[in-house]
Amino acid sequence: MGLSAYLSLAAVVFCLGLFGTITRRNTIGILLGIELMLNAVNINFVAFSRFHGTEIGMVFALFAICITVAEVALGLAIVILLFRTRQTAAADHVDWLKG
Amino acid sequence: MTPDVAAFWGLAAVLVGAGLAVVIGKNLFHSVLWLALALIATAGIFLTLDAEFIAAVQVLLYAGGVITVVVFAIVVTERLVGERLSHTSRRIGTGAAIAAAVLALLLRALAHAAVELPRPPLAGDLTQQIGSTLLTRFALPFELLAALLLVGMLAASYFARPEE
Repeated sequence: MGLSAYLSLAAVVFCLGLFGTITRRNTIGILLGIELMLNAVNINFVAFSRFHGTEIGMVFALFAICITVAEVALGLAIVILLFRTRQTAAADHVDWLKG
Repeated sequence: MTPDVAAFWGLAAVLVGAGLAVVIGKNLFHSVLWLALALIATAGIFLTLDAEFIAAVQVLLYAGGVITVVVFAIVVTERLVGERLSHTSRRIGTGAAIAAAVLALLLRALAHAAVELPRPPLAGDLTQQIGSTLLTRFALPFELLAALLLVGMLAASYFARPEE
């Protein structure tokens, strides 16, 4: 398969994640959308890396995966904290900074 | 149709289908399981790109680690609140319009860019190359990543600590 097939697939997956991130009410649902978007970026990293004959893009994909794991752990900790203090998981209810 | 092409399209179909199920499903728990399928299909896509090591990391860290943590979070929050989490969508029209516009923009840019490269033959063991690059040229970011994971772990356990 050519490079553009991989890039098109990544674009489709990224937009699915974007749709989920915009439309979900639940904070965990929003996190799942972000996961899909980051996953699409990793496909791009690995595809470009393979087609340019260098392993550096794959190293970046590894970094991206590790940072995503840290992001999920922190995001879910915040979700649990939110539940403790406000008994809600809906992003619309988290508007304390609104004047 | 060669096996490579068939594998790519099969995995792509699974990935897009599972991704769609993640964002439009009504049940949060099912969404997480569909996300696991999408992540495993992505590992398959990495395999078609000869990146066995990345595929293994993807399955171990994402499908193994992230999914487990998300399932735990759902179970814990449902117990805290004592009812099923609501998992609905809002502003579907706006979201679909924005996502479609971004997709059209990306595909248009792709169609106009000269990105078609011949696939170079593999020069040696890719996993070995990744390992030596990681510990020579990218040694400092690699160590910073370790610090980031430690800070993330401490912060997460501080946030989610039991109440005094």
